Amino acid sequence: MAETGVIATQGALRTRGSVLTSFARQRELSLAAIMVVLGALVSIVAPQFLTISNLTAVAALASIYAVASVGEALVVITRNIDLSVEAMIGVVAYCVASILERHVLDAPAAIVLGIGIGLVLGMANGVIVALLRVPSIVATLGTLSIFRGLDYVIAGSHQVPLAGLPPGFTDPARTNLLGVLPEFVVIALVVVVLGTIVLRSTRFGRQVYAVGSNPEAAAILGIPARLIEFSAFSVCGLLAGVAGVMWVMFFGTINGTAGTGIVLSIVAAVVVGGVSTLGGSGTIAGAALGALFLGLTANALPLVGLSQFWLQAIYGLVILVAVSVDAVILRRLQRATAERRAR
Amino acid sequence: MTATPSSAPPASPEPVTPSVPPRIELRGISKRFAATQALEDVSLDLLPGEIHGLVGENGAGKSTLVKILAGVHQPDSGTIRLDGEATQIHGPAHSRSLGIAVVHQEPRLFPDLTVAENVFIGHAPSGRLGSIDWGATRRLAEGLFRELDVQVDVGAPVRGLSMADQQLIEIAKSLSLEARVLILDEPTASLSAHEVERLFTIVRRLRDRGVSVLFVSHRLDEVFALCDRATVFRDGRHVVTMPTRDLTTADLVRHMVGRTVSLFPKVETPIGDVLLEVSGLTKVGEFRDVGFSVRAGEIVGFAGLVGAGRTEVARVLFGIDQRDRGQILLGGVPVSFASPSAAMHAGIAYLPEDRHQEGLVQDFTIAQNVTLPILPRLFPRLLTRISAERKVAHEFTEQLSVRMTGVDQLVGSLSGGNQQKVVLAKWLASRPRILILDEPTRGIDIGAKVEVHRIISELAASGLGIVLISSDLPEVLAMSDRILVFHEGKITAEIPRSQATQERVMFAATGSATGDELAVAPPAAGARGDGGLDG
Repeated sequence: MAETGVIATQGALRTRGSVLTSFARQRELSLAAIMVVLGALVSIVAPQFLTISNLTAVAALASIYAVASVGEALVVITRNIDLSVEAMIGVVAYCVASILERHVLDAPAAIVLGIGIGLVLGMANGVIVALLRVPSIVATLGTLSIFRGLDYVIAGSHQVPLAGLPPGFTDPARTNLLGVLPEFVVIALVVVVLGTIVLRSTRFGRQVYAVGSNPEAAAILGIPARLIEFSAFSVCGLLAGVAGVMWVMFFGTINGTAGTGIVLSIVAAVVVGGVSTLGGSGTIAGAALGALFLGLTANALPLVGLSQFWLQAIYGLVILVAVSVDAVILRRLQRATAERRAR
Repeated sequence: MTATPSSAPPASPEPVTPSVPPRIELRGISKRFAATQALEDVSLDLLPGEIHGLVGENGAGKSTLVKILAGVHQPDSGTIRLDGEATQIHGPAHSRSLGIAVVHQEPRLFPDLTVAENVFIGHAPSGRLGSIDWGATRRLAEGLFRELDVQVDVGAPVRGLSMADQQLIEIAKSLSLEARVLILDEPTASLSAHEVERLFTIVRRLRDRGVSVLFVSHRLDEVFALCDRATVFRDGRHVVTMPTRDLTTADLVRHMVGRTVSLFPKVETPIGDVLLEVSGLTKVGEFRDVGFSVRAGEIVGFAGLVGAGRTEVARVLFGIDQRDRGQILLGGVPVSFASPSAAMHAGIAYLPEDRHQEGLVQDFTIAQNVTLPILPRLFPRLLTRISAERKVAHEFTEQLSVRMTGVDQLVGSLSGGNQQKVVLAKWLASRPRILILDEPTRGIDIGAKVEVHRIISELAASGLGIVLISSDLPEVLAMSDRILVFHEGKITAEIPRSQATQERVMFAATGSATGDELAVAPPAAGARGDGGLDG
């Protein structure tokens, strides 16, 4: 029975491949496991780490990053990157705060407008990348500067104080549902769940992965790659708008520099969360967990006695480790596949 | 030598013996890639001052041999002697330092550097402080092109130069390295007749200076025009080496073909109505005046050498590229496809040549790949349903007996043959009327190949019209009802199944002559094999 022999060999090889595969694919689980282990270690040194009040505070800030990371993940899955996210957050945050301070609009209308501004800025990125075919790293480096410049021009040296905002506007950043679940976390969860449904169970989601994984195959299938890239950048802008509104609620005091420098953390969250920088793979939940992981790290550092100055270096290290692990896994997978093909 | 760059490797002293050993002496060279035996026990002598032609079908092992000499691959067994001395070629740099230079069909130059910089890249003459002496570089490069009797501005960037000029830069580079062996790998494929003549003049001049030239080509008339001796490879084996004056084109063709492979030939099925009719189809620079028809149940084979324009025709039919002239009738109605999705909608499916690049999304499962072309139809509403998707995937993978653990298996973990079946399943799911298969069995093992042939035959029997593009002669002969032979963008012969022989197809594919010279073939009734060159 030559036939069974062939099948048996393939089966044996596949088992080996699938252990690696599942490790590569279970980034969400392994990240969660690492967080639990590290959390336990930190709490031995600093018992105040594992208190509800501390964790809810961490989670609220991490939620802002998570929302922005979801948009960034969508862009990265299409084999692009959006470096202008932090500037979009900054523009939206200042505009919303300023409008509220001047009583131009009431709170709900200002929130909708803020998200709309994010969407428009994201669409601008989409046009430059998808229509004008400018490589996204260059295009969004440009718009990062332009959007931030706009922010400075609009804001000047003005700072909107907490007192300038309507009473209760910042409450969502501080209140918990049922006493334990911060409202910000609920917002992030809604975004993650919606994003996951879109990517997993819609035609659009499938096409996003196809374009990012194999543009040539997608072209032969007639998938509208440019439209999909444009949509990804637009949604990224929209979510940056949501994050910008949350920024106002969280910090209360807003000037033209809001969000400066956070793009590193957002991209780091996406990469740590297992989204491939080569496009085509990764999940929304992974990116959001990556944001939570970085938030917890930032919170834990001072508790274990390390200076905040270490933070940037540690983020950089975490990115490198995550990408290296991905590269190693990818090589091993390819080798396993090549061996199997050789049979 | 007048132009001697200071950092060039020292030429080994020529042994002054009455019987000069071959410049390159290959004995028993074998090379295996995974499942493919690319070269088996090949021996070849390249004499000083000869131009040696190397011919064979696609996949005969010519490129592997070139890559071994260039140091890209190491042979599994066998010996290489250079001027009588046993040598191992460790890598491309080592090959160059041994005096072996390769000129590829598409030169590998740095487009933003100047001609002179490209010629002397890696071995530019240095000035007093070890910095590059650009003046000397320029002068030496000018000297080399004077030797070649070619007018080139050595200060101009390479970008924008013609393919022919770029090849001459490669040759100048080999001169600057004092190459003793010059390998020309399909150098004339994209040259005009005039440029070919200029290249030949230069190559002959180099031969007269004692350089050994290995000329790899599909164009048999050029082999006769240029070469002193010719060697034929077939299936990775050496078939014959003879002086060209003792050979005829018919001899060469006969040595090249004659492969026998056990196949699953097409089952006779009733041929139905004309589904697809193409006339005067032209895309400037790719193909011209291509006309043919495909009927239901019929397999039309596109034979020819790589680059003859077959894939380009398929890409136009599928709406990936646009034609310049000509008409396409689908079911009697003139059609024009702006995009692949339009072609797909009209009932055409195209299985691309490169299944990794264009065929499959390796990060996807089998089910996700199979349903990718039909997502809008399968899920007219917003959301997809895993169950419906798996059902479709099951149906089509089962029909093709894909060996897998389930439709949720990642496509990247399947064997080549099974991946190809998934690509087929994907296109069948779009329920086409016309199926274009581009090299459907390349790189898959013989068992899977037979199975793919059985599937193709069954698909034709079910009433599909099939276009089979294949460089594998026995495959085209066994599977096709009619064979159209492409040569340099034109159909040079249309051969019905009953009259098709490997010799006739190969003749038309190399544009050698009419089939009249062939004693073994029946008289070439309908063959218009007149694509001969005067190179």
